[in-house]
Amino acid sequence: MTATTDWDPSKPILEIENLSISFFTRLREIPAVMDFSCTVMPGEAMGLVGESGCGKSTVALAVMRYLGKNGRITGGSIRFKGRDLTTMDDEALRLIRGSEIAMIYQEPMASLNPAMRIGAQLAEVPMIHEGIGREASWNLARQIVADVRLPDPDRILKAYPHQLSGGQQQRIVIAMALMSKPALLILDEPTTALDVTVEAGIVDLVKDLGRKYGTSILFISHNLGLILDVCDRLCVMYSGEAVETGAVAQVFDRMRHPYTQALFRSIPLPGADKNTHPLVSIPGNFPLPHERPPGCNFGPRCTYFQAGRCDAQKVPMVPLAGGGRHETRCLRSAEIDWDKPPVAAKAVARTPVGEVVLKMTDLRKYYEVSGGLFGGSLKKVVKANETLSFEAREGETLAIVGESGCGKSTFAKVLMGLETATSGKIMLFDQDIQDIPIEKRGTDTVSSVQMVFQNPFDTLNPSMTVGRQIIRALEIFGQGASDAERHDRMLELLDLVKLPRAFADRMPRQLSGGQKQRVGIARAFAGGARIVVADEPVSALDVSVQAAVTDLLMEIQRKNRTTLLFISHDLSIVRYLSDRVMVMYLGHVVEMGTTDQVFSPPYHPYTEALLSAVPIADTRVKKKRIVLEGDIPSAMNPPPGCPFQTRCRWKSQVPGNLCDTMMPPIRVLAGDHQIKCHLSDAVLAGMEPVIRIAAQ
Amino acid sequence: MPVFLIRRVLTMVLTALCLTFVVFYLTNLPPNLEKLAKSEASSRMSDADVESWIERNGYGRPVLVRYGEWLGITPGWTRTEDGVTTGRCIERGQDPATAPLRCGILQGDWGFSTVFKQPVSLIIAERLGATGVLMLWVMIVMVPASLLIGVLSGMREGSRLDRGLSIFSIASTATPEYVSGVVLIALFASTSTGLSPWLAEQGWISGKTLFMGTATSALDSGITFWNFGLPVMTIALYGIGYIARMTRASMTEVMTAQYIRTARLKGVSFGNVVMKHALRNALIAPFTVIMLQFPWLLNGVVIVETLFNYKGFGWTLVQAAGNNDIELLLACSVVAVFVVLMTQLISDIGYVFLNPRIRVS
Ligand SMILES: Nc1ncnc2c1ncn2[C@@H]1O[C@H](COP(=O)(O)OP(=O)(O)O)[C@@H](O)[C@H]1O
Ligand code: SF4
Ligand code: SF4
Ligand SMILES: [Mg+2]
Repeated sequence: MTATTDWDPSKPILEIENLSISFFTRLREIPAVMDFSCTVMPGEAMGLVGESGCGKSTVALAVMRYLGKNGRITGGSIRFKGRDLTTMDDEALRLIRGSEIAMIYQEPMASLNPAMRIGAQLAEVPMIHEGIGREASWNLARQIVADVRLPDPDRILKAYPHQLSGGQQQRIVIAMALMSKPALLILDEPTTALDVTVEAGIVDLVKDLGRKYGTSILFISHNLGLILDVCDRLCVMYSGEAVETGAVAQVFDRMRHPYTQALFRSIPLPGADKNTHPLVSIPGNFPLPHERPPGCNFGPRCTYFQAGRCDAQKVPMVPLAGGGRHETRCLRSAEIDWDKPPVAAKAVARTPVGEVVLKMTDLRKYYEVSGGLFGGSLKKVVKANETLSFEAREGETLAIVGESGCGKSTFAKVLMGLETATSGKIMLFDQDIQDIPIEKRGTDTVSSVQMVFQNPFDTLNPSMTVGRQIIRALEIFGQGASDAERHDRMLELLDLVKLPRAFADRMPRQLSGGQKQRVGIARAFAGGARIVVADEPVSALDVSVQAAVTDLLMEIQRKNRTTLLFISHDLSIVRYLSDRVMVMYLGHVVEMGTTDQVFSPPYHPYTEALLSAVPIADTRVKKKRIVLEGDIPSAMNPPPGCPFQTRCRWKSQVPGNLCDTMMPPIRVLAGDHQIKCHLSDAVLAGMEPVIRIAAQ
Repeated sequence: MPVFLIRRVLTMVLTALCLTFVVFYLTNLPPNLEKLAKSEASSRMSDADVESWIERNGYGRPVLVRYGEWLGITPGWTRTEDGVTTGRCIERGQDPATAPLRCGILQGDWGFSTVFKQPVSLIIAERLGATGVLMLWVMIVMVPASLLIGVLSGMREGSRLDRGLSIFSIASTATPEYVSGVVLIALFASTSTGLSPWLAEQGWISGKTLFMGTATSALDSGITFWNFGLPVMTIALYGIGYIARMTRASMTEVMTAQYIRTARLKGVSFGNVVMKHALRNALIAPFTVIMLQFPWLLNGVVIVETLFNYKGFGWTLVQAAGNNDIELLLACSVVAVFVVLMTQLISDIGYVFLNPRIRVS
């Protein structure tokens, strides 16, 4: 439709040059992006990676020319197929949006109109841009829905967004973006809100469709593993600037910027281990856009910082000798010895585990739910936890992994006493607590089992100083004899979580996400907790902060010999820090064993799929691709027989229809490794590892 | 859905029972009955006579029993004195044997108005009809106007249009009907002040005033722009401001939603974004508000009907209350309760209809 006349397909499809973007607020101008350049060639997938707030979304929205009322492009140019978008008028932009450039966002649910049928939302695109009729547009929509591998397109077209699962919604958003075969597809963290197995499916889809239609992709993510999976080239951003750009292999294996290097060292890759190869976190905090240091933005956190040089003037982006459009924004890139291993953070001895402190036997938790708003009398039962049995010992880290809705959080709630168990036993230090709700538990019991939550933002009282909140916790747990004593104890706790003592007087809003999570940890340990349940404690944090918070948890654990129940969906971090792992699916424990046992064959078929789905940011790693079809069945309506049978690729290896009809028993393999599956020993023994690290 | 409806209707009936009982109790307090006796029989009765009048006319028995009679679930009282049987359900001169056992609102017997000397059911039906006509016009003016104002000001938050319209709607909700009614009369319906004298001088209007200050003629000789304009405007103005504010709030929120961004970035034009994507979502909240406005309008109706001397439901209510017309007052309250509860039911159903997220699948 639009004028593509004088554009030569061997030229870049998108050329961003020295782009600067500012947001204007009442107080000040916020320079969100400065001097940003990047080029995307036709058919190329370009990754944009960086921590939250570094300006990735701003760049994407600038390409769409949708910066809101207070955002403005203050310099530079964005050329799409040779035409400058920054000077284009509204009507010309409208013709390009959705037809030549399409965008996919982080929150699929929020980006679909809740009151419009899926079909109408899809069909709108060709009706606007190709001027074709309603009938033809719906047919096209049906075709594209099938293209994004959704079952039963006719039903989906007639559905409203809320009737689909998160993964299906994201496929619809992708379908919508592909309706008029755009030349450039921008994806802004398209899978952050989704489970790993769903994410794997979406990523596969994006890659395939990109190849099929020859679409160029701008893929924004904070996850280096995903970038490796999807992209040909990437651009690392830090605090509004591109700091390194190049082909994926160059940046991953021969990084030439200290920030990129620090980023890779702070993520748990296979081989990292909390005792022998601890992660190296990036010291300090991300500078706010209006508080950037003079000279190099990364200077205050850079281990190679040289005063007088790095802080003297703005550092320009320079091409590297190796060629291949590999560029870096570091003055010392030629001087640094890039192959030198990190200054080894002190390796520590493995903590020996002690007595059993927590023992669950055949724990069940069922919820009764009424069938929606109108069907009051129809009670349904959600089996959130089914026959959970395990023990946890003092000083041990037990990880609980599984996709959302598998019952991880229910389990935590029952343990905390926020819910009572339907049946089964919980023994906590020789005391039966399954029937005692939290109000009836003694202060001792309450303070000895504590929780760290996923979202540090929601759990702190916004109108109370940090110190006050910790003191409150001390009061509740009956710690300290006097106010003075509690105040001292509070300061010690701040020391424990490595926050400056001055933070006692700060308000939660003055803290960054990682700092808030530290306050959450301080609170959990205020009563001398012996068991801490950490429910996704770092998944809301940036990678560089994750490492620091994880290490902190480990260190406190070592010191206090705390039992840590670490709930997570992130298998990389689980492998890094846990001693034992429990894999859950639809309320069942499907596999349990030591970390080594769970991460190497034989696997439970679900664990195998989960492992294969986790993106790993290491070019040496070769993974077997196992993409799970379909969604997790509803816990209200689980399949008969094995809970995993609807998605299992090994089902055919089981004789008869055992998987469809009979719940598999728990099998105990060598070394107390438990697997809940019908597969024969021979088949289990023949399983291949999902992850192989190619020799260098 | 049927379960939902049945449950809602049951709650409605229960609420109606409770509320009417409260009204029944209050209107039947001894001082009221005493006043009734004096106005019905003779104003110079002795206390003992009042006592016996109350006793003879069946007002002396326990409130609960009489409430039952009024409802029509307990048999009406009868009383034989000097060989003549009188009773609640026995008309004057009727043979007691042929009279029905029960006579209450369930049997369609709403009682007899002491002020208008007519059966209550007749009065209510007629007056409710008159108010219905007024409300209809109010709705016809109010709903489109307020939605239009709300949508226009909400679609571009902070624009000059938004600011202008917002000032108007805040001003109009902040002015109660008895103020706006008087101001409108002074402005448009007075021969000495406001616009009318000037307009008449210019020869632009044929009558003396632009509008009439009373709506009485609307009932006798038909509704005209002339006699109905001011009452309708007075009630509508208040509602317009309120609903427009709600619509605006809802619209501005919708316009910042991510799916609006999606639509914009699909290349949908601004007009279509507003019409196709934003409108329906933005109307969900105001719809409930409009429905909940009905009871509020009843309030305005009382004031406006009295002010413009329009003999509708509100006017009747005022008359009944002022003249201690117990049966009429009771009937009015039943109707009011019914209207309020019905609108709530409609608003719930409409909400479900507009919002597919809570529609039963
Ligand atoms: N509408 C806005 N008004 C003011 N500041 C904004 C606005 N949008 C983004 N910013 C600021 O711009 C910077 C970059 O944000 P963003 O592009 O969203 O980062 P990312 O997508 O990498 O997480 C952040 O510091 C953010 O606070
Ligand atoms: S310029 Fe200096 S401070 Fe900046 S990244 Fe390079 S070495 Fe570090
Ligand atoms: S029991 Fe059958 S369906 Fe279940 S995991 Fe094992 S092989 Fe798959
Ligand atoms: Mg972002």
